[in-house]
Amino acid sequence: MDARAVPWIVALPLAGAVANGLWGGRLGRRGVSLVACLAVLAAFLVSAGAARDLAAAGPSPQVVRLFDWVAVGEFRASAALQWDPLSALLALVVTGVGFLIHVYSVGYMADDPDYSRYFTYLNLFVASMLVLVLGANLLVLFVGWELVGLCSYLLIGFWFERPAAAAAGRKAFVVNRLGDAAFVLGILSVWALLGTLEFREIWRLLGDGGGALRGHPGLVAASLLLFAGATGKSAQLPLYVWLPDAMEGPTPVSALIHAATMVTAGVFLVGRLWPLFEAAGPVLGAVVAPVGAATALFAATVAVTQYDLKRVLAYSTISQLGYMFLALGVGGGGAAFFHLTTHAFFKALLFLAAGSVMHALHGQIDLRHLGGLRRYMPLTFLGFVVGALSLAGIPPLSGFWSKEEILHAARAHAVGVWAVALVTSFVTAYYATRAAVLAFFGEAHQPAHAHDPPPAMAWPMAGLVVLSAVGGFVGAGWAAAPLHALLQPVFGEHGKAAAGSGEVVLAVSVAVAGVLAGWWAHRGRREPDLGPVGRVLAAGWGVEALYDRALVRPAKAFSRLLAERVDAGGIDRTASALAEAVVRAASAVRTWQTGNVRQYAAGVLAGAVVLFAYWVLR
Amino acid sequence: MTSWVLSTTVFSPLVGAAVLALLPRRDELLRVVALATSLVPLALSAWLFWQAPRGEPGFWLAERASWVAPLGITYHLGMDGISLPLVVLTAFLFPVALVGTWDAVRTRVKEYLLLLLLLETAVLGTFLALDLVLFYVFWEAVLVPMYFLIGLWGSERRAYAALKFFLFTMAGSVFMLLAIAGLYLATGTSDFTRLVATPLPRAAQGYLFAAFALAFAIKVPIVPLHTWLPDAHTEAPTAGSVILAGLLLKMGTYGLVRFCLGVFPEMARGAAPAFMALGVVGILYGAAVAYTQPDVKRLVAYSSVSHLGFVVLGTFALNPQGLAGALLQMVNHGISTGALFLMVGVLYERAHTRALEAFGGVARVMPTFAALSLFVVFSSAALPGTNGFVGEFLVLLGAFRADPRWAAAAAGGVVLSAVYLLWMVQRVYFGPVRPEVRTFAPLRGHEATALLALVVVVLWIGLYPRPWLARSEAAVQALVHRVTASVEAHGLAGGAR
Repeated sequence: MDARAVPWIVALPLAGAVANGLWGGRLGRRGVSLVACLAVLAAFLVSAGAARDLAAAGPSPQVVRLFDWVAVGEFRASAALQWDPLSALLALVVTGVGFLIHVYSVGYMADDPDYSRYFTYLNLFVASMLVLVLGANLLVLFVGWELVGLCSYLLIGFWFERPAAAAAGRKAFVVNRLGDAAFVLGILSVWALLGTLEFREIWRLLGDGGGALRGHPGLVAASLLLFAGATGKSAQLPLYVWLPDAMEGPTPVSALIHAATMVTAGVFLVGRLWPLFEAAGPVLGAVVAPVGAATALFAATVAVTQYDLKRVLAYSTISQLGYMFLALGVGGGGAAFFHLTTHAFFKALLFLAAGSVMHALHGQIDLRHLGGLRRYMPLTFLGFVVGALSLAGIPPLSGFWSKEEILHAARAHAVGVWAVALVTSFVTAYYATRAAVLAFFGEAHQPAHAHDPPPAMAWPMAGLVVLSAVGGFVGAGWAAAPLHALLQPVFGEHGKAAAGSGEVVLAVSVAVAGVLAGWWAHRGRREPDLGPVGRVLAAGWGVEALYDRALVRPAKAFSRLLAERVDAGGIDRTASALAEAVVRAASAVRTWQTGNVRQYAAGVLAGAVVLFAYWVLR
Repeated sequence: MTSWVLSTTVFSPLVGAAVLALLPRRDELLRVVALATSLVPLALSAWLFWQAPRGEPGFWLAERASWVAPLGITYHLGMDGISLPLVVLTAFLFPVALVGTWDAVRTRVKEYLLLLLLLETAVLGTFLALDLVLFYVFWEAVLVPMYFLIGLWGSERRAYAALKFFLFTMAGSVFMLLAIAGLYLATGTSDFTRLVATPLPRAAQGYLFAAFALAFAIKVPIVPLHTWLPDAHTEAPTAGSVILAGLLLKMGTYGLVRFCLGVFPEMARGAAPAFMALGVVGILYGAAVAYTQPDVKRLVAYSSVSHLGFVVLGTFALNPQGLAGALLQMVNHGISTGALFLMVGVLYERAHTRALEAFGGVARVMPTFAALSLFVVFSSAALPGTNGFVGEFLVLLGAFRADPRWAAAAAGGVVLSAVYLLWMVQRVYFGPVRPEVRTFAPLRGHEATALLALVVVVLWIGLYPRPWLARSEAAVQALVHRVTASVEAHGLAGGAR
């Protein structure tokens, strides 16, 4: 299977969405689930086939041009897809994890009246995400970028009759749009500077550090704008605020879109434009790494205090995405994409486990009301613990390997960033343990009929347990490390800490200390009182309140002011006053009104002629 | 056939109106005849679209006949890459509006349909006239049927809104008439193709340009000349709002492109920064005011102000991408805002109110309608994959090339459109189902047909805009060249100025 098969990767889930969207009612639940799941599975198989041949085809990207899309003058953007290591990796993650979550959804959404609408959106999301990762130029990528935002909006607000869900969907879209506006300007800057939006061309022009353009202010501006777009989609400071609210959506959606795939689009974008960021002088080190590190630590501290299990996981996702940007910022592109992959496994697993809990307990997700679930839900328990320990970075689970690589890259390039990452690692292990203890240990709070989910949900979870446990070996140092072979042509060779070196021992000790601290602090399902610090953390450091007071409310007030005072009161009243003045003047000259139409016409003509004779001949 | 195809396109609705006048007052029959009539220009313009040559910068189809012979004023129609999209849009939007609001008007149906057909002739004529006097006749002829459509079939404040609409437009038209007279006196012709080739006295150019620009700016409308628009749009019957927003505003932007750029290239060049500023102000101002409107229709009306700002911005970026984007955005706005007004019409038919707070949970009661509405809303919000994105992106690209700061400011409009449109969606379609909404009748066949037709075009232009862009590109390039070259020529001649 070669690159010519690549359009099918997008077309299959898209066809699934169209089929379920138009005929979902007639297909019945069974038909809808079959169409949706098989479409994604087929896309996965095509991706896998094409990925296997990637090695044979060599590292240079293969581009499939479909048609000319937008072309005016010198500007030309075609609808084209690109098959290369990055798109292959992401396509595999998206369709692979996507397939598991589709299957899980069959069980999770079984009783929902809007079953076919759900799978329409979910398939559409997968297709959009594939456009994003396969696009051969920035404009096609942006199409996918915005369409995944649309799907996210639709799925967060899937239960749209709940005001909170409807509001959360809108918030997500609007906050993302802030980033997207910058993204568009970034696209324009790239075009103005390089005259192309094709990734292949950008890599060719800016390879080897950018050549003559290295550090060019235009490049710096472009990369900053594009990175601003990335902070929106990947929920980084200061635009992360939509992601915790996005948990209003069905839990499989949170797993797929708001943990495993869409939110990593910003990381993908930076990787996709790697030479541009490398050539943009200090942007990576001075902006991307600090933003990533700050977000990682900030979100982890907030996660410590949340009681809604999904919100814990949401802040955890923000934090882990911060890790990925941190890795990119210190030059560890391969490490970032490794972590993107393992995070997709273990975070999806955590969300699916949380979904199982909600499924069993009629939507109960408050950690204060959970407890003791391990006795009733052994598989879910296993899944959550594997996911949490992987998140914490405990060897040999997948998260350990990728986090280790990030820490190594950070230490080599920026010790400050490395220190922040280590502290975050401790906090991460702490809150992951806390969540596991509060939900699964201690006394049971809930009816004893809670039980593990049906097979449709259990099997995907089991699959993710395996991936989270051993998935790290795709990139781990000792094994054949196929991931590194794949990414090496993209980001170049990067070092790895030797197993057992002091660095690794330190990192593992920090993670274990975090786990033990979390365990000790919450033993017997107690919640330690963190005092005023805890309250600040629980309120998300007050960022949302600040935004509300400093931005949202003033904007609304300003809009009212414009509408009432300026538009109706000022401009329109001036126009009316003008009209009244005309009426008064008219009544003054009413005596000229003779009723003779010819006389009027003559007057008008004469006046016009005189005026223009004056103007023209003056 | 070819030689009279333009006249046939323009006047077939007029003939239909005459036929309508003779028919008995059987409403359904009248509606069918009106719709059938409006399909004639649609078929002809589709044929013209199909036939349109690519790469031809000038008028590839023209009709000329002597008219006011002693003054040398001719009946002159012409089709080029700038008129084509607007003619197609007009011919498409009239039948869609007729179908979409099939029996929304139940009183004086004959007069109503007759006026709509008269309006169609006048709008088509405006987009095709190449003699300024003829253009003016069509331009003014638009006012009369629209005045009555608002004044007779509008809602509560219809009389006020109709008069306001009429007076604002007239105020601009008077100056345009004077300018046409002035141009005629200065050059001895009112023919566009000859005016373009005739050097104008420098002293007069500023006044003439300003007079035209004022007339067009009121029609667009450019902030702060816009306050007639929310009243007229809100009070007009649904079909009237669709035509008003979809087509009449385009007369203003078309005028700016055709005459302000075409006849006064130097002046346009000089005024371009001011107009770009006005465009950006319109984008942001319209969007900001739209956000807190309590009335769905007023919200959509202000969104028009914002969207037309993009057209103005792109036009005066004075480069191929900006102008092509502006031209495409004229079509897009016609499609999307036309659809938005149809949507509001569907809601109004059921609720008899336009207050945002009267709705809630419509998506549960009318799922198909909600799905179609979402396409429309996201087209208006310029989501990639819809027509709005292609137009807005090209405009931003053009603005960026002219001056990145304008593009940066205009990008704020991209955010704001999501704010107010999704706010409307949240209030109207989402949330718990209100008791009044629970009894809403499902979407009717004709309403669905009209919305679906619009959605198809939304996706067509969004996914494959080439047929539109390619047919306009040569004309756009030529016009841009003319405007920018004028400055170079002038720069050589009058460097001391």
